[in-house]
Amino acid sequence: MPESISRETVAKVARLARLHLNDEEVDRMTSQLAGMLEHFRDVDALDLSNVEPLNQPIPLSNVMREDVEVPSLDRDEVLANAPAAQDGRFRVPPIIGFEE
Amino acid sequence: MVELRTAVDVARAVASGELSAAAVVEENLAAIDAREGEVHAFNVVTAERARERAAQIDADIKAGRNVGRLAGVTVALKDNMCTRGVETTCSSRILAGWKPPYDGTVVRRLADAGAVMVGKTNLDEFAMGSSTENSAFGPTRNPLDTSRVPGGSSGGSAAAVAAGFATVSFGSDTGGSIRQPAALCGLVGVKPTYGMVSRQGLIAFGSSLDQIGPFTSTVADAALLMEVIAGHDPLDSTSLPQPAPELMSVLSHGVEGMRIGRITDMPEGSSPDVLERLDAAFEALRNAGATVVDVQMPSMSYGLTAYYLVAPAEASSNLARFDGVRYGLRVDAKDLNAMYGDTRAAGFGDEVKRRIMLGTYALSAGYYDAYYGKALKVRRLIADDFAKAYESCDVILTPTSPTVAFKFGDKTNNPLAMYLCDVFTIPTNLAGHAAMSVPFGTGEAGLPVGVQVLAPALGEAPMFRVAAELERAA
Amino acid sequence: MNAVGTTATNPSTVVATAEQLIDGWELVVGLEVHVELATKTKLFSASANRFGDEPNTNIDPVTLGLPGALPVLNRHAVELAMRLGLALNCRVQPCTFHRKNYFYPDLPKAYQISQYDQPLNVDGWLMLPGDVRIGVERAHLEEDTGKSTHFGGAEGRIHGSDYSLIDFNRAGVPLVEIVSRPDIRTSEQAKQYVSELRAILLAVGASDAKMEEGSMRCDVNVSVHKPGTPFGTRCEIKNVNSIRSVGRAIEYEARRQIDLLTGGGVVKQQTLHWDDASGRTNVLRTKEDADDYRYFLEPDLVPLVPDAAWIERVRAALPALPAARREALAVLTGAAKESEAVAVVVERGQDAYIGAVANVGGDAARALVYVQQAFADEPATPRVPAGDLAALSLMEKNAKITSTQAKTLLTELVANGGGDVIAMAKAKGFEAMDSGALEAMVDQAIAADADAWAKFKAGEQKAMGALVGAVMKLSKGKADGKAVTALLQAKANA
Repeated sequence: MPESISRETVAKVARLARLHLNDEEVDRMTSQLAGMLEHFRDVDALDLSNVEPLNQPIPLSNVMREDVEVPSLDRDEVLANAPAAQDGRFRVPPIIGFEE
Repeated sequence: MVELRTAVDVARAVASGELSAAAVVEENLAAIDAREGEVHAFNVVTAERARERAAQIDADIKAGRNVGRLAGVTVALKDNMCTRGVETTCSSRILAGWKPPYDGTVVRRLADAGAVMVGKTNLDEFAMGSSTENSAFGPTRNPLDTSRVPGGSSGGSAAAVAAGFATVSFGSDTGGSIRQPAALCGLVGVKPTYGMVSRQGLIAFGSSLDQIGPFTSTVADAALLMEVIAGHDPLDSTSLPQPAPELMSVLSHGVEGMRIGRITDMPEGSSPDVLERLDAAFEALRNAGATVVDVQMPSMSYGLTAYYLVAPAEASSNLARFDGVRYGLRVDAKDLNAMYGDTRAAGFGDEVKRRIMLGTYALSAGYYDAYYGKALKVRRLIADDFAKAYESCDVILTPTSPTVAFKFGDKTNNPLAMYLCDVFTIPTNLAGHAAMSVPFGTGEAGLPVGVQVLAPALGEAPMFRVAAELERAA
Repeated sequence: MNAVGTTATNPSTVVATAEQLIDGWELVVGLEVHVELATKTKLFSASANRFGDEPNTNIDPVTLGLPGALPVLNRHAVELAMRLGLALNCRVQPCTFHRKNYFYPDLPKAYQISQYDQPLNVDGWLMLPGDVRIGVERAHLEEDTGKSTHFGGAEGRIHGSDYSLIDFNRAGVPLVEIVSRPDIRTSEQAKQYVSELRAILLAVGASDAKMEEGSMRCDVNVSVHKPGTPFGTRCEIKNVNSIRSVGRAIEYEARRQIDLLTGGGVVKQQTLHWDDASGRTNVLRTKEDADDYRYFLEPDLVPLVPDAAWIERVRAALPALPAARREALAVLTGAAKESEAVAVVVERGQDAYIGAVANVGGDAARALVYVQQAFADEPATPRVPAGDLAALSLMEKNAKITSTQAKTLLTELVANGGGDVIAMAKAKGFEAMDSGALEAMVDQAIAADADAWAKFKAGEQKAMGALVGAVMKLSKGKADGKAVTALLQAKANA
């Protein structure tokens, strides 16, 4: 397993996860995560070279449904739950930072 | 001390007219009035709804109309199960006040069976925890000793049954979140085989690990509830194709000739009282005609690491949808990225943030193989261990929880100490198997001890047979 | 994971010809085309897949990413994706779904369910006219996002906007992403690729492939390098909304990169936005800013393993594809398979009709001309009965009418949805001249214009015009121009 997690990495991960952490929180998170990851090194003792990952515990395949339409949810009911709505649509602040 | 009615009794009595559904509801509401302030099992009590539903059931029975197998049985539902028009919050600020526009499949099946919902129960936020101390709305207290935790994450559901607030309740189990609170509150708690009960409408934490299951005061009640809620759901792609298993009919079969596995290399750290009860359980089953077989699970103790990488990884993805755009909390900001960051910072508690960070990291470029990828391989080893063990036994017995209910604040300073609560329950989720906790006497301070019966996938029948025997012997 | 690799590990083996080089540089183009499948419902949920409805009226818990919602795969989408893959000569294989995680308001779950390292269709190809083969690396299933509209900025762009509104009708619509190998060497080939792909999609009924409605979207990857050297850094161009724009964007970007490199600069790996109005690309984002998608196997879905029987059923039910139909029409009519007439008629689906005309004894070559010229507004099965067109073609072939007269009759046939061409010709007084009368007129014209005749005999082809005109005048327009020319030529050679 890699060396312990750095503060810089924690800050990067927080950005990836869209979690606004202040400096104190980043520090605390860094030490807590480092502690956990240190504990997780126990698996380094195992020889996993010939082991296949197990993603799904149940061996199902080909689960599908027919192409039959079901009535839509009621727009008003859904938008009533929305933090901000306008003209039948969900409204969000400017999408800056995704485009230069 | 409230005398707990069983679902089997209530259903029979209501169906025959001996007992009205309204009376059952009133009894529960009275218990809630008396102790909910202290216990805090619920996020919301749906008193009016319950009364209406009960009245309707009573009217239907009077008119000779068909009512379901659970008519009049009151249920409490963990607040991560979507209930149409009723707040479903996962005990998180980020979903405070959110009312789903739809019912989950299990919720619908219960309603169709005539069950009466009395409320939504408290949980560790987003089902992440083992004590219900991580709820954003305050902890739930163990009704048997209010200085102690009820367990988690389904602590509210366990407390609701233990305190007589509902006949039965439902929780979800990702790493032990039904079984451990059941053990700590002296109840029966079942985690079905993965895929046996639909996850549609269950707000996801660890998608390849989660299952909904019942909390009951008896094994028969659990069997009845499993027969109602289990079985294929076309709305859940991971739902097993089989219908619900027949379980009530096996309860009287006894354990003659069955082989009960004892894990000789079990992780250490259980308290002596718990270990004593486990020994007694093996003894009881021997006396009832079963054989105890030694098995090894060399990878079992690595389950914690595998789980605390796989579950947070899936959770980090499942919880990304809580972004303030379409529902739930939004913290306004000058631009979208700021809104995301501020909303999620304000909406999630510390444990949730920690797991999201851990999970995001475990999946991120350059770290996938070392963490998530590795964890999936450990998962395979554990499944292989189980497969080998089950060649020589039908079920396995372990403690459910290493200790009886602990005091508030005992483990909150050290996340790892809290994680260790699930050391016996986690492997089952990783393997996708079935397991249930059965109360088997008391331990320290007279608090209940739960014994865990583990079975291979689709092994609910042998599992319930053994559980029923333990219940008879307890 | 972008599979259009212009890296050393996955090069294209296609080498540009000398004519294809631009100032000595080889252009390398790969196309990623997203097509919306023509299903009734979405890929993972049962609300409607319909364009143009009121915003947020085709929604369900999965579409909105509501907590507790679970995806269930649409069988018909798989069927159409397999059809598409097989039509592109792909291998259909067992496959899985992955989550591609990133934050964007039109992505309701904050992850897109797509296919990563085990896609449904792999290793296919597409033939362009001129027998050029473009590899298709993969064609996988994924769900579409919702649509954002931006307000307050210039031209509805994000930059400088005050807010955006999101419509989730499109979220969850089934897409197939078709990734070509970087085998394309000219902008013309790129346009042909898109055009041919579109024709195939329409032929198999997988999509209505309307670029203007967004049911077919192209992202264009462009790089340049000197032949014999490693491939250059590529840029991805988005917002290319028509086949014409595909060509223009490639030409612009190729020139931009060549000028940059020639001037000693370096091409940065960037995502660019094509601005059709100004005819240029603008930077959207640089690679370093790109999200880490943290792909992992979708735990809410199970593997898709189409069995051999299913694959065979789909393959057997594939209709004749455009390339094969063009080939067949060319053979039937004698026209070149790259000809405009063949391409146009096959695209309209009217090739079967020409076969029908030939079947009842009509002249296929002439029928092709008629159909190309006059049937633009007709459906795939034109209203004019095959027999009527066959009769017309034979009349012209047997010189009973001139080609000019045939054109007139054709127009009338189309206008009336058919007719008895023999009667129609008679009614108009169309009769081809018999050869004797025609020869007499030719001799008469020669005699009247000895000067033109001498020039023509000497090899001046232009002089023929005057002679032909004279014959037409003498015949009051009834003479068949081709027959006249043939006679003059024969006499001159005699």
